[in-house]
Amino acid sequence: MNTPVLQIQNLRKTFADFTAVDTLNFQVEEGSFFSILGPSGCGKTTLLRMIAGFLEPSSGTLLIRGKDMTTTPPNRRPVNLVFQNLALFPMMNVHENIAFGLRRQGLAGREIGQKVEAMLERVHLSGFGKKNISQLSGGQKQRVAIARSLVLEPSLLLLDEPLGALDLKLREQMKIELKKLQEEVGTTFMYITHDQSEALVMSDQVAVMNKGTFEQIDTPRNLYSNPATSFVAGFVGETNILPVQVASRRPLQVATSFGLQLHATAGIDLNDSDSLALYIRPESIILEPSDSMKHINRFLLTVQNILFDGSNTKLLATIAESDHEFTVALPQNQQFAHIAKGDHIQAGVHPESCRCFVR
Amino acid sequence: MKNHIRLSLYIFLTPVLLWLLLLIVIPHIELLIMSLKGTDDLGDPVWTLANYRHFFTEQIYWYTFVRTAVYAMLTTVLTFVVTFPVAFYITKVVSVRLSGFLTIVLLMPFWVSELVRVYGWMILLRESGVINHLLISSGLMNTPIEMLYNDISMMMGLVYTSMLFMAVPLISSLEGMDDSIIEAAHDLGASPPTIFCKIIIPYAAPGITSGSIVVFMLALGNYLTPTLMGGKNSLWFTEQIYNEFIASFNWNQGAAFGFLLLALSSIIIWAGLKLTRQELGRALS
Amino acid sequence: MKKLLFAATLAFFAMVTAAHSSETLKLLTWKGYAPQQLVEKFEQETGIKVELTYSNNEEMIAKLRATRGAGFDLAQPSQDRISSVQAQYKLYQPLDYSKINSEQLITSMLEAVKKNTKVEGASYAVPFCYGTSGLIVNTKLAPEAKDYTALLDKAYTGRISYRLKRPTLIALAFAGGDDPFAKYDDPKAYKELMDGVGAKMIEAKPYVKNYWSNGDALLEMVRSGEVTVAMGWDNGGWKLHAENSDIDFIAPKSGALGWIDTFAIPAKAKNVEAAYKWINFILKPENAAVFTNAEKYATASKGAAAHLDAEVRDNINRSFTEADIDNIKWYPPVSAKIEQIEGKILDTVKAAQ
Ligand SMILES: Nc1ncnc2c1ncn2[C@@H]1O[C@H](COP(=O)(O)OP(=O)(O)OP(=O)(O)O)[C@@H](O)[C@H]1O
Ligand SMILES: [Mg+2]
Repeated sequence: MNTPVLQIQNLRKTFADFTAVDTLNFQVEEGSFFSILGPSGCGKTTLLRMIAGFLEPSSGTLLIRGKDMTTTPPNRRPVNLVFQNLALFPMMNVHENIAFGLRRQGLAGREIGQKVEAMLERVHLSGFGKKNISQLSGGQKQRVAIARSLVLEPSLLLLDEPLGALDLKLREQMKIELKKLQEEVGTTFMYITHDQSEALVMSDQVAVMNKGTFEQIDTPRNLYSNPATSFVAGFVGETNILPVQVASRRPLQVATSFGLQLHATAGIDLNDSDSLALYIRPESIILEPSDSMKHINRFLLTVQNILFDGSNTKLLATIAESDHEFTVALPQNQQFAHIAKGDHIQAGVHPESCRCFVR
Repeated sequence: MKNHIRLSLYIFLTPVLLWLLLLIVIPHIELLIMSLKGTDDLGDPVWTLANYRHFFTEQIYWYTFVRTAVYAMLTTVLTFVVTFPVAFYITKVVSVRLSGFLTIVLLMPFWVSELVRVYGWMILLRESGVINHLLISSGLMNTPIEMLYNDISMMMGLVYTSMLFMAVPLISSLEGMDDSIIEAAHDLGASPPTIFCKIIIPYAAPGITSGSIVVFMLALGNYLTPTLMGGKNSLWFTEQIYNEFIASFNWNQGAAFGFLLLALSSIIIWAGLKLTRQELGRALS
Repeated sequence: MKKLLFAATLAFFAMVTAAHSSETLKLLTWKGYAPQQLVEKFEQETGIKVELTYSNNEEMIAKLRATRGAGFDLAQPSQDRISSVQAQYKLYQPLDYSKINSEQLITSMLEAVKKNTKVEGASYAVPFCYGTSGLIVNTKLAPEAKDYTALLDKAYTGRISYRLKRPTLIALAFAGGDDPFAKYDDPKAYKELMDGVGAKMIEAKPYVKNYWSNGDALLEMVRSGEVTVAMGWDNGGWKLHAENSDIDFIAPKSGALGWIDTFAIPAKAKNVEAAYKWINFILKPENAAVFTNAEKYATASKGAAAHLDAEVRDNINRSFTEADIDNIKWYPPVSAKIEQIEGKILDTVKAAQ
């Protein structure tokens, strides 16, 4: 197997008495789209800036293509960064912005021209070379920023929430474009975001980061269906959370404070005394399950509200005998169109979809 | 209602226009007329270009102008070289709080008049001055040396007097610069010297241009500093104009020199802008 | 609203007239020529406020020329700078000598000034004070400096200071054995003579420390020993002598340059009466003596000598022998063109490296 593009070993960064990045170990494979997903302030930018060379790690090593680059300055690393605020050069036009890095490599003028043109075409900006930065739209600036780094053919392209400043519609569109672009050029992308949908849509691998450490590194699908920690389960995708206690083991059964008993699964051994949280995804709820379904948990819901959002319509309900709110995703077909506010409705969920974590 | 607004606009504009007319346009027209007058051999007043011709035919006049212009340019360059690191340090290196404080410290000397500042320098530099005293009492020197009255001390005085006018536009243009631009350039492979030449200087160019124009004009039009600190060798073009008016009573010649100064300095600035591909409008906005 | 405006206007005018109701005398003069003590006394005696503007000959002329003789009630030009300027620009008005208390004036001096300031039959000035330009020397450090030639002497390199103004040219011309005053009316000969002087000054330029322009600054340089030979006014030398007996004013061998500063009334003076009052006031012997004791300049006031300090009387005796006094070169009226010739030469000297 090839050496990974990036290997991080025991990387730490502390500011005074605050640990921003805490002893990380991971690697990124050649050609993959690797995302780091985490809430604001969890240390994503700090990690990225260490990889780019703007911050020196407090300890640990950093290898790029197998070479130790822990102390190499940014201009000597085969790594480029697309900044959170883009940082385009306002006094240069589009062409000059993209050519900037190539000029630094001392390429001939003709070669530079060809490369810039090819890159502009790739990001759908042919003919924009002479434009000033201030004349571009938000999405176009975005693409120039990415083109400016990509044209250098870096071993690793770092992107720090590049879509953060765009409006929702454009963000959706750029997500797909970015993914396509990455597949076309084959460059390894390391993408930072606090938006789980961006991470899930685009990535081959996602690392979920919390308080300076990685909670889980996995494929988007596994993260979603097999979260390793309660943080991942809560952070990735929407979920219903119920506080529960162990009622019995083998098979595991848990009980809510209002007396509902459910079969559940847990990744680790649990103690009787643990107070637990039960995670149930809205789309794993089966409304009006047929009687033939064995081994599923059944309970009664009272419909409080219907949140219509096209393909993403949801039901807001309370579990019978309690006022505990519960979200249920409605299937696409019009099967449950008849449900109205105040209805009582049977619901079921497989024990495998009820995941317990220590609170 | 519309008339009302128009009226108030006129009312507000009137003082400005009057001011322009009374204090700038009219005196200049009078000076222009004066510069075109002279006396013929019989002593009668006539219209003539002789005052302008004199400038080019008499070596001492254009020599003084060239000298003044060269030194004013040198002042501009030196002021930039001295001020830029300070402005950069204030805006990009230190914390916001300290930068405000440092800016005030930088501006402090300019709360006193130029005359007082120049005399301050003279007290420091003169043969029986503070610096000589310190050097001798510390045993580094045996006899005092005269540090005043030469081109170096004059340049120093000019640069010192001009610093403020370079610092303010530089600080304001550097303040607007996002630090991440510098990092981006570094990330794209630029070494620190390259970043300075290709990113910081072009970014601050409008500020540099406007600062340079102001400093150049001020140095060219300065009178106090060259005469007081330059001493015996410092014939400055403004001093020549002053002498024509005051000592020689030749107001016609003095007025012509005044207009030549205006025209030639405008040409120099225009050429400077062309050479550095800057636009006046952008620099002054 | 209208009433309010009316009232405000009235109040404004009342204030303006109130401010103007007390009389003022606007005096364009030299520093030191109107001692504070005398100004206060005058204001008390007459109720007229005195407003002072300090200047020198050249600026005085330029100021009055710019306003065509307005803005001041009384000016104090040197007597030699009046007639040609008056002929060309009409800056002053003829004096009414009947209003001058001529009994308190030295008659010969009054007559000389009248003669020297005569233009088209009228005279324009009354003498006030007189003095000489010569050498201010630190006699211990420069014992050999007896004539203006010391200003060009390599022996005093870095210790020489003089004004880059016409008196220096004239002094050096005298020192070279010429009589520039005799050539005043022959511009060509005068230019030739002064070109020669200019060339000598350029040759000796390396020895000069600086060209002084401010009298106080010069005295400070002589006091500190930075300058040992300077061309300056006698009273400056005497002031320093009082502090340090090594320093003194020396009447140069080729003759001290004598000047007389006067009173002249600008053409458009507003308060002519006050101007005459001031002239008569300050030339009273006891008042003139106050001025002389402070500034060391002798005045045209006849009886002032009786009120002088002994030290002031000593000054003249120490610096001037009888022969020196006879040898004083009194400035004759400057004739046209002379100043332009001099200006050019002085510029050339300043520009020379
Ligand atoms: N120079 C610094 N000195 C002290 N603390 C810092 C410094 N830089 C960052 N931090 C802290 O480190 C933590 C992580 O910061 P970082 O910028 O990496 O967050 P982030 O994950 O990128 O957040 P966001 O999504 O908001 O950009 C934050 O709590 C921040 O306050
Ligand atoms: Mg960040």
